[in-house]
Amino acid sequence: MSSIIENLYIFVLATFLGLEIIRRVSPLLHTPLMSLTNAISAISLVGSIVLLGEQVNTLSTVLGAVAVFASMTNVVSGFLLTDRILKMFKKREPKQNEQPSPSKQ
Amino acid sequence: MNNLHQVSSSLPLFTSVTYLAAAVLFILSLKWLNTPSTARRGVLAGELGMIVAIAGTLVLPSIESFKWIIITLLLGTAVGIPIAVYTPMTAVPQRTALSHSFGGLAVGCVGVAEFFVWHAHEHEKLTHFNVGVLCLEVLLGFLTFTGSLMAVAKLQELIPTRPMTYKGQNIINFILLGIAILLGVWLTVDPSQTELFLPFAVMAMIFGVLLILPIGGADMPTVIALLNSYAGLSASAMGFVLNNKMLIIAGTLDGSSGFILSVIMCKAMNRSFTNVLFGAFGQVVASTGEAKEQRSVRSAQAEEAAEILQSCSNVVIVPGYGMAVAQAQHKVRELYDALTKKGVDVKFGIHPVAGRMPGHMNVLLAEADIPYDRLFEMDEINPEMPRTDVALIIGANDVTNPAARYDKSSPIYGMPIIDVDKANSVMVIKRSMNAGFAGIQNELYFMDKSLMLFGDAKGFVADMVKAIAENH
Repeated sequence: MSSIIENLYIFVLATFLGLEIIRRVSPLLHTPLMSLTNAISAISLVGSIVLLGEQVNTLSTVLGAVAVFASMTNVVSGFLLTDRILKMFKKREPKQNEQPSPSKQ
Repeated sequence: MNNLHQVSSSLPLFTSVTYLAAAVLFILSLKWLNTPSTARRGVLAGELGMIVAIAGTLVLPSIESFKWIIITLLLGTAVGIPIAVYTPMTAVPQRTALSHSFGGLAVGCVGVAEFFVWHAHEHEKLTHFNVGVLCLEVLLGFLTFTGSLMAVAKLQELIPTRPMTYKGQNIINFILLGIAILLGVWLTVDPSQTELFLPFAVMAMIFGVLLILPIGGADMPTVIALLNSYAGLSASAMGFVLNNKMLIIAGTLDGSSGFILSVIMCKAMNRSFTNVLFGAFGQVVASTGEAKEQRSVRSAQAEEAAEILQSCSNVVIVPGYGMAVAQAQHKVRELYDALTKKGVDVKFGIHPVAGRMPGHMNVLLAEADIPYDRLFEMDEINPEMPRTDVALIIGANDVTNPAARYDKSSPIYGMPIIDVDKANSVMVIKRSMNAGFAGIQNELYFMDKSLMLFGDAKGFVADMVKAIAENH
């Protein structure tokens, strides 16, 4: 029972932390944000690996295999795609007349 | 018999440490994503966290065979790499929805397997709390799985993007959800009712399909964000089931991210969650009693428009999804270059719901090599509108309609818009005078200071670029 309460504490704190961190992400980066959080939440991979590795019965092995495959696809494509998107975000080359735009800090 | 909860209760020290490190790295990863200058470091931190966590998992003593783990990991990698490398930027929303779907599937599968493993070998795990959370995990996981697949089909236009509605739709949806919840509660109260579990999982999947069916293309940004939140929360629920704190943290971060994004999207359309999910926006919109009189508009050719653009001192370009559909972003970049060379200050004003997912328009423009410090959010660009010589609208419609500010009868009343009508003059590149997504006519086109540029966005912008180049 105490572990349930402990986990609820973690959940509540992580929610507040998440809201604070994500609120600060520039709207410019909302698409890479979504693909990055996607890749991160594919950490459910660890649960899938354990399930698949234990080989308890056929059902759990089959479902575990599907889960590992699906999560691993998300991990790989999520991180690589996020990086590919972020590489596209470039500032102006400094040689052009550099006037600091007003409302950006 | 080994038990699944080795992943939790009695973790080896090494694994515990790797999980702690992974949690820290994931938090840093999202923190670094705040600004473009540190964003790629954020990806690196996330990758590192993932590798560390996987390493910590693979050494667990409860793992008896690596054969299938290695095969499926390689398979996932083999599918993941091409997805990441070849997905065109216009298709990123589909790929994002697909990954929510995969995430939901994985979580749902683990949940189902857990339930039956507990039943067969670990009866002591079948407590009310455990089964309750497990039901939540499976419900969220499977409804995200099928719901996101529907979203993929809509975004890829495999099925019609317009809302699909029928009589009593909401009632049927609620009844279905009600049955699913009832089954879940029943299972929680009496965990020995194994035969209820599969119907419960199937209900969750059917509900996912029916939930997304009535939602139209323009609402996709909200829906994707919402499904993102569900996918995260289901992973978090899995953390509760496996008693894995790192999973709870990672899933919750994803869940709150999706939640914030969907709130932002809802605000940008001045709509509520319930309205997006159950309102079937923009379906019939019977002729809004719009006066049928033919009002005249001013129009111009590319040469004339180019002449005006290069003679003014600042221009704000307002792109919409129509620009992406026409694949005009690279031509727009050429126009940006040509005008900048002539000393014109060119900025981009981006509405939060431009595109098919949050931030989509920024990615499309960044891909066309438009510097990101030229991209301005709605709230940043609106105060500058009165000092703007020309607002050039490319493939956007409803997000520029001034009726949203004053016309209480308009379906988009109250939606925040980019105040293009406050600029000294307005140019609109548009195929024809057809109404926008919401099916309403845009007042803007009939204003005296508006100039309509009829034609395909890509071709028209190309003509303007040519005209500016010939003007030397």
